[in-house]
Amino acid sequence: MRHVVANASDLANAPDAAGGADLGAFRTTTCAWLEANCPAQMREPVHDEKQLCWGGRNWKFASEAQRVWLERMAQRGWTVPDWPREYGGGGLSAEQTTILREEMQRLSCRSPLSSFGISMLGPALLKYGNEAQKLEHLPRIARGEIRWCQGYSEPGAGSDLASLKTRAEDRGDHYLVNGQKVWTSYADEADWIFCLVRTDAAAAKQKGISFLLFDMASPGVSTRPIRLISGKSPFCQTFFDNVRVPRANLVGVLNEGWDIAKYLLTHEREMIGGMDVFAGGHGTLCAVAAHEVGLVDGRLADAALRTDLARYEIDSLAFALTMERVREQSAGGQGSGALSSLLKYCGTELNKRRQELAMSIHGSRALVWEDERPAGRRAADGEVGETARHWLRSRGNSIEGGTSEIQLNIIARHILRLP
Amino acid sequence: MRFALTEEQQLFSDSARRFLQARSPVAAQRRLRDAHAPDGFDRGLWSELAGMGWSGVLVPEEYGGVGFGLAGAGLIAEETGRTLTASPLLSTAVLGVTALLQGVSARRRAELLPAIASGELLTALAVDERPRHAPHEIATHAVVTAAGFRLTGNKTFVLDGHVADWLIVAARTVDASLADPAGRDAIGLFLVNRRAPGVTIERTLLVDSRIAADLHLQEVEVSRADLLDAPGSGAALLDSLLDAGRAVLAAELVGIAAESLERTLDYLRQREQFGRKVGEFQALQHRAAHLYCEIELARSATSAALRALDARAADSALLVSVAKAKAGDAARLATNEALQMHGGIGMSDEFEIGFFMKRARVAAETFGDSAFHSDRIAHLYGF
Repeated sequence: MRHVVANASDLANAPDAAGGADLGAFRTTTCAWLEANCPAQMREPVHDEKQLCWGGRNWKFASEAQRVWLERMAQRGWTVPDWPREYGGGGLSAEQTTILREEMQRLSCRSPLSSFGISMLGPALLKYGNEAQKLEHLPRIARGEIRWCQGYSEPGAGSDLASLKTRAEDRGDHYLVNGQKVWTSYADEADWIFCLVRTDAAAAKQKGISFLLFDMASPGVSTRPIRLISGKSPFCQTFFDNVRVPRANLVGVLNEGWDIAKYLLTHEREMIGGMDVFAGGHGTLCAVAAHEVGLVDGRLADAALRTDLARYEIDSLAFALTMERVREQSAGGQGSGALSSLLKYCGTELNKRRQELAMSIHGSRALVWEDERPAGRRAADGEVGETARHWLRSRGNSIEGGTSEIQLNIIARHILRLP
Repeated sequence: MRFALTEEQQLFSDSARRFLQARSPVAAQRRLRDAHAPDGFDRGLWSELAGMGWSGVLVPEEYGGVGFGLAGAGLIAEETGRTLTASPLLSTAVLGVTALLQGVSARRRAELLPAIASGELLTALAVDERPRHAPHEIATHAVVTAAGFRLTGNKTFVLDGHVADWLIVAARTVDASLADPAGRDAIGLFLVNRRAPGVTIERTLLVDSRIAADLHLQEVEVSRADLLDAPGSGAALLDSLLDAGRAVLAAELVGIAAESLERTLDYLRQREQFGRKVGEFQALQHRAAHLYCEIELARSATSAALRALDARAADSALLVSVAKAKAGDAARLATNEALQMHGGIGMSDEFEIGFFMKRARVAAETFGDSAFHSDRIAHLYGF
């Protein structure tokens, strides 16, 4: 009853599914391989971002299981299953990739690698990068060797991203970069940055932007974490002071970086839309509520909360199915285009609702920020304030990666063709 | 691939759209209404639809149908949602056929299915006894007799009950061996001929100009062969029938919502106020974009529900309730937004948006609105 998405596998197994017999065999061998190679610890639910594996030059694995899981998956190219094999991918078809995702979900396998390289830069490099850039960067992303951050927003360029001012001057063999970025996720832990810079100040704002890649260890790069209302600091301010970037690190055509920027954003939106919403699978919030609030005659003791929860589950299931449908439509790695705005808008608004519901379900327990009660009555370490932190952090979901209002603008303009 | 249409399905859907737009546009529904058509639908049109295989969309080929399954019925229903075409598609082609396929003797099946597929025979499902849908709250009862059963009770909101040759009636079997006579297990479904002694049918004209009936049964004799399933599993059969109907209604509601949005977008692109197109105003753009998202969510859920039913998947009840709730709400939002964004003209009977609003209300209410299905989902999740 709970695993709607896993049940999709039953349908895909039907004999009339495209390429039926071959895909059935692929599912069987994939399942067997995952069973044999995914360490038990990597099949436990993720409660915290800290349990994810981000990789990178300075990465310290949380456990041997985490290291082994990444190594095994990367060896098969399954950290990026649908990328070509020559760039470190698995070379799987869209149908095979879906099967792998379904089987991992069914067996509760964690993602072996969380990475902006995979979810954002990779698709953009595959489409716009030259061969040398693909060969240099994609395999390192696939193996989790280089961790990337995104240099997009600036203090004066939020929703109006194209008005960005960080500039790169042509100095012959290199570009000289000066300026400031903000809301750079994990800039303080990243190895490299993909960065939007202004290369023609005289052109219309979208026409003078270029897409650069550079090492965060370059002289002149500095970062300062931003503390959020949730108490955490996943974002940074990032400063560039006469940073020298080799010419070869320009992706695509000079002054035509805005197209790359927008293409990458569709991938970012799809990623943010899918974040957290299905944490623990469908119906988990209901089970928590039944335990915390209690049942009377099989119904949640709080009738209004019961209705809110049921309505949340309806929207959550409908959204999961929509995500699956959009992925199916955009199979082949071409991205989902303007539909990514639908996923971003619906997914983040849904997650905000989920976190509000979690706060309501836990009542005053969720409000405890620090626990000074004696051991035994105190909440377990790592749990104190977690619900509240997730709730507060989720407020940013409908802002980061383009606000809900920007997504609605995009849908109105590009899907509904309003003037 | 879970959502993509096969080539055959795409052709079926395209031809359904072309045919209905040409032969049965909203103007045709208006003519039926204004002429006080006694059946509430066009019998000639139903014959044509039967000729195209629509009355037999669920009927296996061995009984003269096309066997396209509920996914196929959903494709038709979405198009009838766009044109508001009234027909016995739901009452007969979906509910009647599903009832005969899932729970009746082979003899009746061989007799009735070909007649349904050819468009000659109509059926109706009689479940509700009170104004709000509560399918398990049944007072109509069936007393066991030597020859079968004797049914007594009253039903309301029996869609197409005024024209049905056979009625599928939900009733409680009075049987001393049942542990809980008021429980689910006592519910059974019975095939009742409209001409049987003790059957009275009263027509009611609904807000969407379609016709439903109140049904009164007074000691109506039913042979044992016309119990659609053995006593003790009737509620499961009833739920499965209702779910087929709900999923098809959800598809119709998606069609209503999508058509309402598209008509509204056309208007927003043309209508000028304050010296510009009203579609330039962000307040309207955001509402239209939000509506679009809600319709797409409903469309995904509906497609998944129809296919889950065809595949007899374990989670089909859950998916059907998600689809019916979501599609009902999306159609309500779509028709309300359409009317508001059209301004004054939307309120005039001469304009067609009101027809969509009225049909959306009836289809959303039929077999449970979003509140009903939220409650059902809470039960399915055990809270």
